[in-house]
Amino acid sequence: MSDALLSVDNLITEFETDEGRVRAVDDISFSVQPGETLGIVGESGCGKSVTALSIMRLLPQPMGQIVGGEIKLNGEDLTKLKLSQMEKIRGNKIGMVFQEPMTALNPVHTVGRQLAEVLYLHKDISKDQALRECLEMLDKVGIPSPDVRMGEYPHQLSGGMRQRVVIAMALACQPSLLIADEPTTALDVTIQAQILELIKELQNDMGMAVMLITHDLGVIAETSNSVVVMYAGKVAEQGNVYEIFDNPSHPYTRGLLDSIPKLETVPKSELSTIEGMVPGLLDLPVGCRFENRCPRRKESCKAAPPPIEVIAGSHQVSCYEWSKSVNE
Amino acid sequence: MNGVNLSMSDKAETNSPILQVRDLKMHFPVKEGIFLRTGKYNKAVDGVSFDIQPGETMGLVGESGCGKSTLGRCITRLYKPTAGSIVFEDKDITNISGRELKPYRQDIQMIFQDPMESLNSRHTVGDILMEPFIVQNIGDKQYRQKRVKELLEIVGLPSRSITRYPFEFSGGQRQRIGIARSIALNPKLIVCDEPVSALDVSIQSQILNLLIELQREFNLSYLFIAHDLAVVKHISDRIAIMYLGKVVESSDGESVYREAKHPYTQSLISAIPVPDPHRKADRQILVGDVPSPINPPDGCTFHTRCPKAMDSCSNKSPQLVSLPEKTQHKVSCHLYE
Ligand SMILES: Nc1ncnc2c1ncn2[C@@H]1O[C@H](COP(=O)(O)OP(=O)(O)OP(=O)(O)O)[C@@H](O)[C@H]1O
Ligand SMILES: Nc1ncnc2c1ncn2[C@@H]1O[C@H](COP(=O)(O)OP(=O)(O)OP(=O)(O)O)[C@@H](O)[C@H]1O
Ligand code: SF4
Ligand SMILES: [Mg+2]
Ligand SMILES: [Mg+2]
Repeated sequence: MSDALLSVDNLITEFETDEGRVRAVDDISFSVQPGETLGIVGESGCGKSVTALSIMRLLPQPMGQIVGGEIKLNGEDLTKLKLSQMEKIRGNKIGMVFQEPMTALNPVHTVGRQLAEVLYLHKDISKDQALRECLEMLDKVGIPSPDVRMGEYPHQLSGGMRQRVVIAMALACQPSLLIADEPTTALDVTIQAQILELIKELQNDMGMAVMLITHDLGVIAETSNSVVVMYAGKVAEQGNVYEIFDNPSHPYTRGLLDSIPKLETVPKSELSTIEGMVPGLLDLPVGCRFENRCPRRKESCKAAPPPIEVIAGSHQVSCYEWSKSVNE
Repeated sequence: MNGVNLSMSDKAETNSPILQVRDLKMHFPVKEGIFLRTGKYNKAVDGVSFDIQPGETMGLVGESGCGKSTLGRCITRLYKPTAGSIVFEDKDITNISGRELKPYRQDIQMIFQDPMESLNSRHTVGDILMEPFIVQNIGDKQYRQKRVKELLEIVGLPSRSITRYPFEFSGGQRQRIGIARSIALNPKLIVCDEPVSALDVSIQSQILNLLIELQREFNLSYLFIAHDLAVVKHISDRIAIMYLGKVVESSDGESVYREAKHPYTQSLISAIPVPDPHRKADRQILVGDVPSPINPPDGCTFHTRCPKAMDSCSNKSPQLVSLPEKTQHKVSCHLYE
């Protein structure tokens, strides 16, 4: 799609490790439209954070490398930019909330100073104005007594508060794209709702797009327009949120949706799960990567990786047996 | 499950609680100014009481920073409480220390949210699981090795894991290692502090199934802390809702969910995201100041955010009392007095 804000095409990211090269992200493609939210879900270790870090060009160096594909922001290929050019884009056009909030905060500087710095660096405003905007931002993300907290160091805040500071920093410059990696996992649902609402407001007011990584399918259903389901470095299924939730077509997606504990289930009854373990990146199967755990596996699934097929509209799946999965 | 002998307590205690917590307080001093004088206190846990029966799970839900982990750490006696009492199997363990505490280090265990933090990454899984036996000086080398294999089997990990290191495992597998270690010494009570929060749903349900199975098999009691009410409701017999250091509502899971009385519980339930895009809920989003435990508001500590606050709420603290129609259901709110 040409009008996409972000379009990731055939991205491949690899790591150099002691035991050899591993391909953490293997030929994935998706796009994000202005103002929309794209949700990314998938098993722990399937490459969600590595995808985000690839877009930000913040892969651990020198081990991590983008070895193929394009990442276009407003048509400009980020993989081709010099790091100095990329620095201007980070924090300004793209804001990121990292999975580990401590990594984004400098332990020796006060919260206020770090937040003001972001504004001061990217916006043409006075120090006073930067401070005022900081207070406003901290207040918006639900930090009590923001004036006191501005003078505190990261270690003096509870985990949930640190997370909110990081969210405030990412939103401070009103980026056109927010990449949020598990932004609300450490927060209780009332604060989570407050922050998701704040993000929604910014989307409505300024057309900010969001790439949201989370394992909470409730949050995905509620916030996302489209969804990418990843498994072992590949896209298993993608589509708009209704296509994914109403008509999950990859056996992995179905397994995920079936595993959600619901408020209505009988307490202590056995929850449905996906048996088995994800294959390691060093010994990936030749065929479908879900093959060792899949309830619909056929002998032929082991032979070669299933191609990506279009089901309808934006709905795509990578499974030989998807049509059998659907009508059940 | 195989027939490993994690011996259950054979004392006749069927009707007495395994754990009794009374008016427990944990106040951390807050250091201020250049002389680091201690002026104020962070009242992280401020008067909490409850019982847990053998084989029972009590769920604990609440605002981030409301004192859940601190409460768990008091019960496992990683912290020495400021006031109140903790009675474990009729023995007051609130203030004991050293040698006296040793048997309780065996009976009461803890599982953490991030097993990476609690598992020493330079030790192999075998060493990690062997450690509790060495610390408590239980069995010889052969016995310990046999037990480690059994433990791995119970939590569903291959026995070749023994020679591997924690970082070689996925998040869900690491949590299994943490669980294996916590049950190594046949504990009676396990404090589970967000054991599944970092896991994706399919792994999360594997771990929940495992915890429930272990409870049935060994009559374990759990204090189960989590943010996800659906998860807590699934595993718990009773649930307590905490806000700013205090329990504001408690009852059986079904009643807390279907007949929530406290306005905080109600907003908590209304804020749960529903995994159904057709039901984009029109939810009640709390506004107002999120209070700090260092300067808690007067009166009901929830009044700064409460959509139903009345005049009296800002100057008088409500007490946790039973509902007239149902004594097991307790709530702390002026609306029900
Ligand atoms: N620095 C690194 N060196 C080698 N391998 C790495 C490195 N960082 C990540 N990987 C591997 O890349 C894969 C993808 O990791 P990633 O962090 O993207 O997972 P994720 O989907 O974000 O998982 P989670 O839900 O647990 O956060 C994993 O198998 C991981 O082991
Ligand atoms: N060792 C400590 N020293 C000083 N203050 C502490 C300590 N541990 C916790 N606190 C404070 O006690 C309060 C309660 O923290 P606690 O970690 O118990 O919250 P929690 O309910 O577990 O939150 P979360 O859901 O974010 O894990 C917080 O204000 C925290 O800053
Ligand atoms: S391709 Fe085969 S193994 Fe893979 S998900 Fe589909 S049915 Fe299962
Ligand atoms: Mg990640
Ligand atoms: Mg905690």
